[in-house]
Amino acid sequence: MKYIRKILVYVILSAGGIFMLYPVMWLIGASFKSNSEIFSSVWFMPSEFDFTPYINGWKTFGMYTMGHYFLNTFKIVIPRVIFSVISSTVTAYGFAMYDFPFKKIIFGCLMCMLFIPQTVMIIPSYMMWDFFGVLDTYIPLILPSLFANEGMFVFMLVQFFKSVPREIGEASRIDGCGALKRLLFIYVPCIKPAVISVAVFVFLWTMNEFIQPLMYISSVEKYPLTLALRMSADSTGQGYEYNKIIAMSVIGLIPSVSVFALAQKYFIQDITAGGLK
Amino acid sequence: MKKIYNNPVGESKYTGLLFVMPFIAGFILFGIYPFVMSFVLSFTDSGINSSPEFIGIENFRRLLNDSDFHKAVAVTLKYILMLVPLKLIVSLGTALLLNMNIKGMGFFRTVYYIPSILGSNIAIVIMWSFLFTSGGLVNQVLEKLGIMPVSWYGESNPAMFMIVLLRVWEFGSTMIIFLSALNDIPRELYDSAKVDGAGKIRMFFSITMPMLRNVIFFNLVMQSITAFQEFNAPFMITGGNPMKGTYTVSMLIYDEAFRYYDTGYANAVSWVLFTMTALFVAVLFRLTRKLRSDDI
Repeated sequence: MKYIRKILVYVILSAGGIFMLYPVMWLIGASFKSNSEIFSSVWFMPSEFDFTPYINGWKTFGMYTMGHYFLNTFKIVIPRVIFSVISSTVTAYGFAMYDFPFKKIIFGCLMCMLFIPQTVMIIPSYMMWDFFGVLDTYIPLILPSLFANEGMFVFMLVQFFKSVPREIGEASRIDGCGALKRLLFIYVPCIKPAVISVAVFVFLWTMNEFIQPLMYISSVEKYPLTLALRMSADSTGQGYEYNKIIAMSVIGLIPSVSVFALAQKYFIQDITAGGLK
Repeated sequence: MKKIYNNPVGESKYTGLLFVMPFIAGFILFGIYPFVMSFVLSFTDSGINSSPEFIGIENFRRLLNDSDFHKAVAVTLKYILMLVPLKLIVSLGTALLLNMNIKGMGFFRTVYYIPSILGSNIAIVIMWSFLFTSGGLVNQVLEKLGIMPVSWYGESNPAMFMIVLLRVWEFGSTMIIFLSALNDIPRELYDSAKVDGAGKIRMFFSITMPMLRNVIFFNLVMQSITAFQEFNAPFMITGGNPMKGTYTVSMLIYDEAFRYYDTGYANAVSWVLFTMTALFVAVLFRLTRKLRSDDI
């Protein structure tokens, strides 16, 4: 009886797993197929591997290669990751370790930001950046991350800071360690996995970001990858080169997949362990 | 009475304030300012007129008669009602299965989490749109099973379902939150229930569900808020078609602001969307008051 139940669970989980992964496998396979084969076979393996969709895809439909768009994306992603990690960590440290005037109210503001739909903010923000004359630059996409604008991460890091035993901090303070030094050399190493998770999340989210660049970036030369992909998807109507656009999408996923694979061991256990307490 | 600040000896009560300064500055600049500004602008003809003037509640009066807006609200509500319950059931069900003490659960956890890591990536959205083309994978599978292929892009219900399926497929992060909550349930509760002779089903309804109710509520609220703002998937996959059957309120706001440059009206719509979201959440709070324990 126990065995039957166990087998049943495995069967259900495997069936679910196929449902989760098969679409992606099929599409990776489809990127090697000919256009006619894409629409005639359910099986994900292509009858022969043809790399021309990748070669053509890298060249894209426009005048820049995908390399160019990758570079643009990283010009946004890398500063964003660095700034977000620093600003969220510092802010979370302040909330977790210190008592100060209006602390409750300020923390309430942080929680409020989580619940207010971004849609309300979008247009005035756009007008503000317009006023500063920085539309069609990366500044509107990067600058807010200097100000701990992702409340979610601050909230998460606060929980982790609080879990560090107070004695560790006290001991270093008595040894003459200043507040900033203590944060950098004592606390951050203690919660390293959480800090890495924040970096990974910011990386993945920024890679995926769509509506913000869509609003702020107007010249194709400065397009990040997401916009370039969308532009290509729109132009497939003319050429029907489905395998090419699918190949481009697969290439576009590589950075996210690699980062996820590298950070995986920190990631899932970590969120499971400390995510919501 | 003077308030006492519980800080390490020798630290000023302002040290902490210094640390959270970046957030406060950002909150004023990128939080309060646009939030208030949006409200103010909704009473003006900003965008159309180069020097915006107050036009009172004209924008809101226009809303009442705008059939596109009515349709978009109906579409958004339908989307929420289809997506949120389905996604919660799938993620809770999977979390319960993955919480069992069986070998290989780590592997399955990763497998189920992958789509939600990649899910909002435009590449995945493009892929998804290919799966549902008339000769795409989904219709090929349906044909193999002897079911009539569906014209996913041709009618509004299948088109909506296609987007809902994409979002349900990305249930990983909701599932992770459920998993962590399941982890936090003390094992002793189950042990003592077993001693008292309770069966599996009884334990589920008398221990697991009550212990999870706050997390279920948290996920319900967060998913609803996100669903109210859905933009990427319909924008990329269907473009709001067919016949505006997947045209959400967020898409309407985007079009009004960035295609017709009517920012005053767009702000009015976004404030209505915000109010609807707040009301919806308030109703959820109200309806579930008896079911929750009080600390959320």
